[in-house]
Amino acid sequence: MTSLALKDLQKLPVRLTSGHRLCAGCAESIIAKQILMGSEDEVAVSLSTGCFEVSTTVFPYTSWNTPYIHTAFGNGAATCAGLETAYNALHKKGKIQENINFVNFAGDGATYDIGLQALSGAMERGHRMLYVCLNNEAYMNTGIQRSSATTIGAQTTTSWPGSVSSGKKEFSKDLTQIMVAHNIPYVAQVSPHNWRDTVTKAQKAFNCGGPAFINALSPCPRGWRFASDQTIAMAKLGVETCVWPLFEVVDGKYELTGESARIADGKAQKKPVMDWITSQGRYKHLLQDKWEPVIEQMQAEVDRRWNKLIKLSEL
Amino acid sequence: MPQDIAINGDNAVALAWKQIDPDVCAAYPITPQTIIVEKFAEYVANAEVSTEFVCVESEHSALTLCTSSASAGARTFTATASQGLAYMWEMLPITAAMRVPLIMAVANRAVSGPININNDHGDAMAARDCGWLMLFSENVQEAYDMSIVAPRIAEHHSVQLPCMVNLDGFVLTHAIERMTMVDTQDVKNFVGEHQPLYPLLDTKHPVSHGNMDGPDYYYPHKYQSVQAMLKALEVTREVFKEFKDLTGREYHLVEEYRCDDAEYVVVVLGSSFGTMKATVDMLRESGIKVGCAMPRIFRPWPMEDLAKMMEGKKAVIVFDKHLSIGSYGPMFPEVVAAASDLEKLPKMYNVIYGLGGADATVAGFEKSLKAVVDGKAEKIHYLGVRL
Repeated sequence: MTSLALKDLQKLPVRLTSGHRLCAGCAESIIAKQILMGSEDEVAVSLSTGCFEVSTTVFPYTSWNTPYIHTAFGNGAATCAGLETAYNALHKKGKIQENINFVNFAGDGATYDIGLQALSGAMERGHRMLYVCLNNEAYMNTGIQRSSATTIGAQTTTSWPGSVSSGKKEFSKDLTQIMVAHNIPYVAQVSPHNWRDTVTKAQKAFNCGGPAFINALSPCPRGWRFASDQTIAMAKLGVETCVWPLFEVVDGKYELTGESARIADGKAQKKPVMDWITSQGRYKHLLQDKWEPVIEQMQAEVDRRWNKLIKLSEL
Repeated sequence: MPQDIAINGDNAVALAWKQIDPDVCAAYPITPQTIIVEKFAEYVANAEVSTEFVCVESEHSALTLCTSSASAGARTFTATASQGLAYMWEMLPITAAMRVPLIMAVANRAVSGPININNDHGDAMAARDCGWLMLFSENVQEAYDMSIVAPRIAEHHSVQLPCMVNLDGFVLTHAIERMTMVDTQDVKNFVGEHQPLYPLLDTKHPVSHGNMDGPDYYYPHKYQSVQAMLKALEVTREVFKEFKDLTGREYHLVEEYRCDDAEYVVVVLGSSFGTMKATVDMLRESGIKVGCAMPRIFRPWPMEDLAKMMEGKKAVIVFDKHLSIGSYGPMFPEVVAAASDLEKLPKMYNVIYGLGGADATVAGFEKSLKAVVDGKAEKIHYLGVRL
């Protein structure tokens, strides 16, 4: 496997070129570059409709210096599966000799909501492909609407805080666990601040020989309301508060990684969810006294999921 | 030697695809198409084909997987019907705009609601504006033959469009008819090796498929599809000629039956063309000069051939097995448009029939046509509807 030394990583082919139209401070291109560094072989990329897709492929330009395809919103997994199926057919007949890896990048709306069926189907069928969710916790491309990945209390343009509303009412869907329940060879959560952890997990995902799923926390300055030079700090804080634990599940075996492993081992401190809430404008309204119970609920749910994860990692 | 066999429409389509031996097939079960995929799965299970066969979780994924597979350079086919085609709808114009020549058999069935599994053309007609080539078949032989010619038209480098091969649900899919097979080696030679343009898995020459267009490119790209459709008329004629040289069976953009000296002509699609021929024969015996025609290819619309056929006729009666509720049947305005440049415009009538599997009989057709001849027909007539 490729060395993770920075001097070696910088020699890898540039598959996503600069000059794309993502917002300043967007985490998506950072995550994608880290994931693509995990493939030693050629990679074919598919994108579900979303920020990443519209920002990298405005005709007659493309930011992709590797085979690329986009078809629609809710079918990224099937699009990627089609490439892998064609590869199997053409490789078998000797029409393609080289090894090619396959990856689909999709936002949380395209993954947790509209694309869940196609994702589940592709994972169950065992296509040799990696599916990466760039999770910025709302429909950012259409202007910050709530998705089932949006956390409780968050302001979005379809879950406004108001006199009788504290923002989004529900906890986020735990999609990573749903993917674990598919019993696929590799599932992980990553965050772009820990590039070593992300590239390592991408390497494992590309080399697992079957379907793999990576859920990546993708801080969004526009949607979360923070300054665009704070993206990586925000990603780190998500892990330090255990709002977004780093872990992997290899053939069903859970393991905490990075800062999350250190927190579980008592080598680092678990920060309060309040730090997360005060760092972003989307939670600003929660600081009113009347929404204090929502913050308590949020902390309790983060603790419950975190403690469950620790137990799972001890199995 | 070409062999005569007894086979139903679905199995005939599956047989054609077995002989072609495509790279990829992804499909989802739906009546009355299911036999095609079941039979093909049997060929896969016994290594009678080398195809990568994927049982997807929905029709949306079926067409998606086939679209990206075809973009990757694999010869790809699928099959569906009714709700399945409706569920694919989002992908239909995308597949066409990506200019991938995949083939889809459509076992024409009524679209819900109310839910109904029987034949009409509601599914295909709702897909007619999506940019796909559309071939129709009158009988099992034609469903088989169209399956063999389809890849030649779709994959032609000046066409590069997906193609639907339509066959009427149950009437053809489940009816066993006598059919002449083409020798497998002849099929393979006729269809030839797939030569994809800009295949996505050519990593030495990376290409981006499915980019976003602003207004400055969207419209010109649509116009390119228009030009490909026009080219397809020419290509289809050439491919039909080659197919005739191979099999002796002759096909045209518009099939005509006793039209030459007819005063009245019927335009009808699919299996009802056969029923209409029998009706024409009966009416001819009683001295009524009537003929009938079927657009073999519905997209591109064979405007000129139809206009030529309608020249000098007293009346044209368009039989539609679907209804654009609040307007006419979907084929009627298109036939009127085809006739619009004729020096003398024939009287134009529309007959709606056979919705959701309602009877399409010689007696019913005869009654509708006699009403036209007697000057008693309404502009639009709902044949056989029970009030």
